[in-house]
Amino acid sequence: MKRRTLLTTAALALGLAASGQAMAQGMDKVKACFIYVGPIGDGGWTFQHHQGVMAVQETFGDKVEIQYQESVPEGADAERVMTQMALGGCNIVFATSFGYMDQINAVAAKFPDVKFEHATGYKRDHANVSTFNARFYEGRAVEGLIAGRMTKSNKIGYIASFPIPEVVMGINAYYLAAKKVNPAVEVSVVWAFTWFDPAKEADAAKALIEQGVDVIASHTDSTAPLAEAAKSGGKVIGFGQASDMAEYKPSPRVTSIIDNWGPYYIERIGALLDGTYAQADIWAGIKGGEVLIGEITEAVPAEVKAEAEALRDGIAAGTVHPFTGPINKQDGSAWLAEGQTAPDGDLLGMNFYVEGVTGDIPQ
Amino acid sequence: MDFGGINPVTLIATLMVTSVPILLAALGEAVVERSGVLNLGVEGMMILGAIGGFITAVQTGSPVLGFLGGALAGAVLSAIFALLTQVFLANQVATGLALTLFGLGVSSLAGQGYNGIKPPATGKVPFGPLADIPVLGPILFGHDWVVYFSLAMVAAIWWVLRSTRAGLILRAVGENHDAAHALGYRVNRIRLLAILFGGAMAGMGGAYVSLVRVPQWTDGITAGAGWIALAIVVFASWRPWRVLIGAYLFGGISVLQLNLQAAGSAIPVEYLSMAPYLITILVLVVISSGKGKAATGAPAELGHNFHASR
Repeated sequence: MKRRTLLTTAALALGLAASGQAMAQGMDKVKACFIYVGPIGDGGWTFQHHQGVMAVQETFGDKVEIQYQESVPEGADAERVMTQMALGGCNIVFATSFGYMDQINAVAAKFPDVKFEHATGYKRDHANVSTFNARFYEGRAVEGLIAGRMTKSNKIGYIASFPIPEVVMGINAYYLAAKKVNPAVEVSVVWAFTWFDPAKEADAAKALIEQGVDVIASHTDSTAPLAEAAKSGGKVIGFGQASDMAEYKPSPRVTSIIDNWGPYYIERIGALLDGTYAQADIWAGIKGGEVLIGEITEAVPAEVKAEAEALRDGIAAGTVHPFTGPINKQDGSAWLAEGQTAPDGDLLGMNFYVEGVTGDIPQ
Repeated sequence: MDFGGINPVTLIATLMVTSVPILLAALGEAVVERSGVLNLGVEGMMILGAIGGFITAVQTGSPVLGFLGGALAGAVLSAIFALLTQVFLANQVATGLALTLFGLGVSSLAGQGYNGIKPPATGKVPFGPLADIPVLGPILFGHDWVVYFSLAMVAAIWWVLRSTRAGLILRAVGENHDAAHALGYRVNRIRLLAILFGGAMAGMGGAYVSLVRVPQWTDGITAGAGWIALAIVVFASWRPWRVLIGAYLFGGISVLQLNLQAAGSAIPVEYLSMAPYLITILVLVVISSGKGKAATGAPAELGHNFHASR
């Protein structure tokens, strides 16, 4: 596939059509491309995606060629980057942030023979777009249980990124699990409107601590909230987000939600190599191994640790669902009846707080 | 004494800390621009200062040396800018943007292996009982030395620009470099010094992010603070005290909106988040509605290269 120049898009389309035919019968070599929303060194979200990518390289060796670009802003820039990747001979493009959703579908329409995979999205406008996600809310429930048991001020905090279903789901799961073990608990939500801005994340954590919050969960990508919590000298605890963030063990980081993307990437690229690739919509959680719960440290009392581990194992076994009725919406209207569990559709489009959470979701 | 669940004393004390990086960087950039040079590489110099300061502080164990290291790293990067624009007469806008990209890349490379390390702590200046005075104590006497340093720099730069010969020469170079040259001043050398000063200030601002505000190293840690510093310089119409107001306004609103949210206030955060930018636009409209270009206070030679043979 050595092309010196591509003068017309027609020639390009032909070239891609040719490679597309080969794809149906499996391929000898796959060029897999990844776009990251932050830098690999963020120690969180993007770092974990890159770990997955390195696992791909290790598994397939020289049968796969990897290309990635860091810190691609969500929006028009992402479209340019993905177009360049598709033009550059990528067979499969992984876009690893929610905000790439419209761009990936736009680019996918132009390159029908390139496979596109979108993390945490739900739009599959074209046959070559697949989506994959992880049930992070399962991990949030474990965090919420620990938060409810550990808080002394009965105020727990959540540093939210953007008002999208995944984040709202996290807040609700966190709060519900905390309230279950500690009915007096209140949650304060701070919207940072960024995935990655360490200084702002630290400021958000500081604002929460000033309001008396002593357990902080974050939905942003860096370790800054933990660094801020560490300044409190053990009074404030937090959780590793996306990555284990083990450098803040045993406190403030008392446990973590670890995103484990490697197996999924290996499966999808493997399918492309052997010709079994098909459009998909994957949403696995603790059970599927996409969400791991990091070690619960000794800063948590043994009985709370045991309770949290039991919840984790219950979710993994499918006997516990973090959203089990009766649950009302914030305005008091009924959402789930007694014993009913939340349908995936409700979760993926979640745009409401559950009863007890104060404040409004920014629109 | 709470307003909407927020203690104003804590808020002011916090915003003073939050604003230090943008204040230092904006002060440096104001001096650079007053000399007639537009250096858009503030973000790059800040982040190189952040990692330079972090590495120095971790290696030596001294946060003070860390800040010096940050200033040095920022100055070194700005020296590249000075070489390209003052010696090779490269376009300042393009060079400045390249500097930012270069700084981001180099800092990421230099920062390999420094993720997850805690830097030595920068303690508060011990004022003894003064720090316990209600209201005034936390605001005036509860900070680390860099906060006071940044305030002292505002006064110093204001005084130097207004009342000293050096300041007059710097302004002359920025307003009309041909005239300054005809008077026998070495335009490019003066600008070189201004650029190095701006780089050092930006580097120190960056070091404050990685050593005090966040305290840790993460790729891309400054996350756009350099661009805000550039906006503040324009907002301040190139005057040091207005830079202080601008920095506290930008920093203050960012802290205020987070605090309002944490306190459960019903004020929509979007409006607060965009407020500083709206005010900047308003200020620009107001000051530029006056007597032509001079009314904005922009140095007349801003962004123009100088070559003596012209």
